[in-house]
Amino acid sequence: MERRTPGSLGREARAWGFLLPALVWTLAFFAAPLAIMGLYSLWQRSGVALVRDFTTANYENFFAKSYFFDSLVNSIEVTVVVTLISILLAYPLAYILAEKVPPRWQRMALLFAILPFWTSYVVRSYSWLLVLSEGGILSNFLLDVGLTAEPVSFANTRGATVVGFVHFFVMLLTLTIFANLVQLPKSYRKAAADLGAGPVRSFLYVILPLTLPGIMVGAFLTFVLCIGDYITPQILGGNRELLLPQTLMLQISRRSDFPMASALAIVLMLVVSLVYVACARWLRLERL
Amino acid sequence: MSTGGMSKGGMSGTAVEIDRVTKRFEQTLALDAISLAIEEGSFVVLLGPSGSGKTTLLNILGGFLEPTTGRVLIKGADVTFVPPAKRPTTTVFQDYALFPHMTIAGNVGFGLAMRGVARPERCARVETALELVGLAHTRARKVHQLSGGQRQRIALARALVVEPAVLLLDEPLGALDLKLRRQMQEELKAIQKRVGTTFVHVTHDQDEAMAIADTIVVMNEGRIEDQGAPERVYLRPKSRFTADFMGDSNFIAGRVAEAAAGQVMVDTALGRFAVEGTAAVGQAVTLSVRPEHVRAGAAAGAAQPLGTARVLESGFFGTHHQCTAALEAAERPFKVRLPQKESIAPGSDLPLSVDPADLVLLTG
Amino acid sequence: MAPRLPRPVRNLPAIAYVALVYGFIFLPVAVLVLFSFQESRVPVPPFNGPSLRWYAAVFSDTRMMDALTNSILVALLSSLVSVVLGFLAAYGLARHRVPMSGLIQGFLTAPLTVSYLIIAMGLLITFNAVGVPKSLLTIGIGHVVINLPLCFAIVYSQMGEHQANIERAARDLGAAEWQVLLLVTVPILWPALFASFFLAVTFSWDEFIIAFMVSRFEVTLPVEIWSMLRSGLNPKTNAVGSFVFLISIAIVLVLDLIVLRKRKA
Repeated sequence: MERRTPGSLGREARAWGFLLPALVWTLAFFAAPLAIMGLYSLWQRSGVALVRDFTTANYENFFAKSYFFDSLVNSIEVTVVVTLISILLAYPLAYILAEKVPPRWQRMALLFAILPFWTSYVVRSYSWLLVLSEGGILSNFLLDVGLTAEPVSFANTRGATVVGFVHFFVMLLTLTIFANLVQLPKSYRKAAADLGAGPVRSFLYVILPLTLPGIMVGAFLTFVLCIGDYITPQILGGNRELLLPQTLMLQISRRSDFPMASALAIVLMLVVSLVYVACARWLRLERL
Repeated sequence: MSTGGMSKGGMSGTAVEIDRVTKRFEQTLALDAISLAIEEGSFVVLLGPSGSGKTTLLNILGGFLEPTTGRVLIKGADVTFVPPAKRPTTTVFQDYALFPHMTIAGNVGFGLAMRGVARPERCARVETALELVGLAHTRARKVHQLSGGQRQRIALARALVVEPAVLLLDEPLGALDLKLRRQMQEELKAIQKRVGTTFVHVTHDQDEAMAIADTIVVMNEGRIEDQGAPERVYLRPKSRFTADFMGDSNFIAGRVAEAAAGQVMVDTALGRFAVEGTAAVGQAVTLSVRPEHVRAGAAAGAAQPLGTARVLESGFFGTHHQCTAALEAAERPFKVRLPQKESIAPGSDLPLSVDPADLVLLTG
Repeated sequence: MAPRLPRPVRNLPAIAYVALVYGFIFLPVAVLVLFSFQESRVPVPPFNGPSLRWYAAVFSDTRMMDALTNSILVALLSSLVSVVLGFLAAYGLARHRVPMSGLIQGFLTAPLTVSYLIIAMGLLITFNAVGVPKSLLTIGIGHVVINLPLCFAIVYSQMGEHQANIERAARDLGAAEWQVLLLVTVPILWPALFASFFLAVTFSWDEFIIAFMVSRFEVTLPVEIWSMLRSGLNPKTNAVGSFVFLISIAIVLVLDLIVLRKRKA
């Protein structure tokens, strides 16, 4: 196609011309900051100054102080629970939308499912406070029904954080699983039935295995977005139990300890990378 | 080989009986009171253009659709509302529908697994089925590692291994290139003869139908136009649609002048012909004649002259030349075939004649 | 034939489940909007209203209105930059033989795999170290970082062989390079360009963590709302949240009508 002709060098130069702006931007404002952050994680804050001697003290601190390490553990626990619950709630919804809803209405149904998330993410998390706080909707409902004697608060708990997250990720997982279900050829179902499988076995042996990629992609997205989220735990989780993003932000806002915060950020990146590698390997294995 | 079914209501030797089946979709009438009996062990082809209802009929046979009215009997038992899982039919789908997440063995053995067949027996039967379709050592492979033609055979093996009473094939050769298609047609026929299962095959390709069918059922707009052995359907079609759909035909309009036992004299613009058939005197009829039966050159033997035509176009088709020639008295140009080594230039004159025995009487 | 329950009854469990999940999804937003019309000072039952006083409070809050304007400004400008850079990069990569094109592609889409929190942190530290003051500009820079990969990916995916052939035809008929770009490539890619611009605006508009970290006095709307949360449950927050929500719906409706109308024409 493109041979090394006299004109081709000029063309290649022109190509770089087109690419350069985006490359420079990404380098300057994404790659370099990450590298600098990596550097900072190996330095230390002392008073107001930055001590630029290389040390792994921040990382040691991370593992030594339960304050830091626990926040990672909390984050992983919450994220795993959120992912599992969201999958369990989303799959049946996606299935019903893909199978039982006529194609004409599917787009509308999906649109409706996404609609509430057009509020700002901050506001959306806040609105769960309206429901879960003492005196909020849930509390009032329980009082009216007679299940409690006094107003009760569900906010500022891990449970509230989980509810806030699940609210968002059920929608995300419904979308990925739905997309997967909808592109399965109808003939698979017909073939399974034709060969003697009832609806249950048809689902277990044929449909479910073929939707695992959709589940995995959704679960991965959920994991990555959830573990790095500061907003929902800060609004709904309160300050008794901190998740990693919260400890990270505290290092910046309260202590201006950029090195420590950087170290925490690197740890977060590492965890996400590990999950990414695991998922990628699984997806490659399953590549049919 | 399965023995003929003898149960209440069915004739012995009838594998499938379709009893006045009608299928209506909202506004459209897909099938209009179709009745058809399919003989045990035969290879039946449902042939027709898109929209003819052939696929709808196949889906009703397979249990994927329910008829609006009418019944379906398989081996004498009424299966009209029986779901596909419980019917003694299996289907080879147009896109094969092989399960991508299972191995070949898993795919072929799926139906057996659903029936609770134990593992050792399942493995043996799977292997036998794979040998039958000529893919003996592929059990451990995955679907995406096979070619289109191979996948088609696996789909066939999967459907046959459960020993259905009737095997349904939904345009299974459509995705294959010409050479492969011809090869598969022969293999399908051979396999059907070997296992003796009744095959019902849907296609729009009349060459395919003629090559493999024991019985062709020509369908159009939800009705059966004609059915019978390929030779009969081709040489003596019963309806104008059939004459036109199965290969080319030339049509001559005419009126019945005399009628006697089994023979009529028909007056046309091209002459009076004695044709086999039954019609009322004065009835308007059409005579159809195949291009290969129109003789070029001076009339000889039993052939009756049609007149001299002017050649409009001529194309070379390898085995023959196909010409269009205009006869003064005829409404439309005639399609004529000339032998391979005789070419003719457009504009030349070509005398045409036809043996009346090759004319087909079409009423209505 | 085995007796089968009529369709509505058979589908009851499915309908019930869908209703429950949709109810769960809509609950907080319904509460948000309802209590934005609250008369009293607390956006919790009992509901006494309806009243527009909190909407009035929002619109008379100059900080809030400034934040709103800032959000629009940052969203539009940063998205514009993202689309232009993304388009140029996609064009450069798709239409020329460039060594290591796979690597470049990976590099340009890498920011999609990194949490916004970390990107924000990196920018904060870097700006701090270099001495760049926090402002709307720094927010805009951060938003381009997160949106550029998206715009690039979307436009690049549309620049396939079919597109290339059309451009070759244009060259064949005598068009100069810049003419091909402006008169053929851009118009045909218009849907992709528009879609990526729209997505970028959506992400930028709602983006909190980067805006929070690299802004100081001039903030965007999400950051302003965040500081309102300090005061706890407040119908004013409901009002501004509902306002954003309703505007989003309105925009999508308008777009849908325009696009639909264009398709019918």
